[in-house]
Amino acid sequence: MKNKMPDTLPECDMEAPENSRRNFLKQSALITAVALTPAVATKAADMHVDEKIAEAFEKLPIKFEVNGVQQSLSVEPRATLLDILREQLDLTGTKKGCDYGQCGACTVHVDGHRVNSCLTLGVMVNGKKVTTIEGLAKGEELHPMQEAFLKHDGFQCGYCTPGQIMSAVACIREGHANSETEIREFMSGNICRCGAYPNIVNAIQEVKEGGHAV
Amino acid sequence: MKQFQYIRPATQQNVLDAITKPGTKIIAGGTNLVDLMKRGVTAPDKLVDINHLPLKSITPSKTGLHIGALALNSTVSENSLVLQKQPLLSMALKAGASPQLRNMATVGGNMMQRTRCSYFYDTTMPCNKREPGTGCGALEGYNRMHAIFGASPQCIAVHPSDMCVGLAALDAVVVIAGKKGDRRIPFTEFHRLPGDHPETDNHLAPGELIVGVEIPDNNFAKNTYYLKVRDRQSYAFALVSVAAALDISGGVIRNARLAMGGVAHKPWRLFDAEKSLIGKPATEASFKHAAQIAMQGAKAYEYNAFKLKMAPGTITEALKHSASLF
Repeated sequence: MKNKMPDTLPECDMEAPENSRRNFLKQSALITAVALTPAVATKAADMHVDEKIAEAFEKLPIKFEVNGVQQSLSVEPRATLLDILREQLDLTGTKKGCDYGQCGACTVHVDGHRVNSCLTLGVMVNGKKVTTIEGLAKGEELHPMQEAFLKHDGFQCGYCTPGQIMSAVACIREGHANSETEIREFMSGNICRCGAYPNIVNAIQEVKEGGHAV
Repeated sequence: MKQFQYIRPATQQNVLDAITKPGTKIIAGGTNLVDLMKRGVTAPDKLVDINHLPLKSITPSKTGLHIGALALNSTVSENSLVLQKQPLLSMALKAGASPQLRNMATVGGNMMQRTRCSYFYDTTMPCNKREPGTGCGALEGYNRMHAIFGASPQCIAVHPSDMCVGLAALDAVVVIAGKKGDRRIPFTEFHRLPGDHPETDNHLAPGELIVGVEIPDNNFAKNTYYLKVRDRQSYAFALVSVAAALDISGGVIRNARLAMGGVAHKPWRLFDAEKSLIGKPATEASFKHAAQIAMQGAKAYEYNAFKLKMAPGTITEALKHSASLF
């Protein structure tokens, strides 16, 4: 399995084409300004004044750690941690399933606790430490839970798997993997529509009973 | 999601100053609010993040337990003081949501989650709660999950919290801060019935902030149970849930607390059924009698008549579990 090393992450692209509203504001401000008072407005547009006003409303700076690497980004308040991870940091291992906190595909760890990244606003993880599925392996060496999911076939299509694995690691760390019943209850926030549940439970039990450091 | 302004005031006073403006909402865990914002059900102009306020602690007092409004649902459910003094609260919390959501959701936020149903969520449907005056889609619609107590022709949605059912049963008190000072109200009077204003779920006034809940000490820790009946074994809203707490000595019930979830616009405390249990033997017959009393005034709609049978059955079973009659 190829591991995307955190230090190869691209920087946040501040001029990404998806910022269409900003581009629109910039253009429309320029057009209006040119029509009204050409000299002053052209100067303002050159100085990107309107863009700065638009940006102040739309984006906030955040600093947080992702898989051991400090990130300084500029994000819209409405951007979820999930979208920031996937679209700004290119960490697409974390999956968007339902996007409403019902399926668990987006599960990541924030300061060591598993959460739904689709319901977490990026501005609210400022100063925190985030671990995603990409942060579990050590180089080419898989995390014991990743090994166990492979061994026990803990998936079919694989879409829920990153969330299942992040949740499974937390389930053991929390001390909620002491029986099949307890594992099933404490993994209930991760839905697998292929129905790989028995194998997922087997994988978790093996890691738990193997006494691996998770 | 509509754009909004995000602020993080430094102190509680600054939060109280910031939340007076209409269109402003507080965000704590965000598990319900962000969901509703994504779906366009609610669209605040400004979010006030309160997560850094020092309201996370769980501390014993001379008369009970104080739980800060920002204590996480998962933290409260595993807290040793809660497990020792108020195990019912822990059971109710663990029955709610998923481990991930409990790691985000706070006590105050859990209380402030909307009373809701699928018609509230579906912005193409009429809903008096979402848009007053548009009608209730559920009244003559698919109302399987809906209320059997305290509903109005305006709204038949139920409050989905499990934690709140536990706190209602345990005589908790809500501590609220406002610009005019603090006030305290009984938990059972925090949430409201829909009446003619289903758009309002509770009695928290604009500009007020929940700072915590207090649970008085009791003798229920030994004989208590939270029973939740749902469509799947875990991670689903209750069809019916029951919080039961008994103080039994010598086989006789000295005191009792009962509350139901999934049946009303607010956590539904069963005062008359509780009274009927006092002085009675802790037997199935006493419990069935209490369940019968609890059902007085129940009213079903087209698809939720099953709750009229399920609710008394769940009350009886929860009481049997509490009294270890298994």
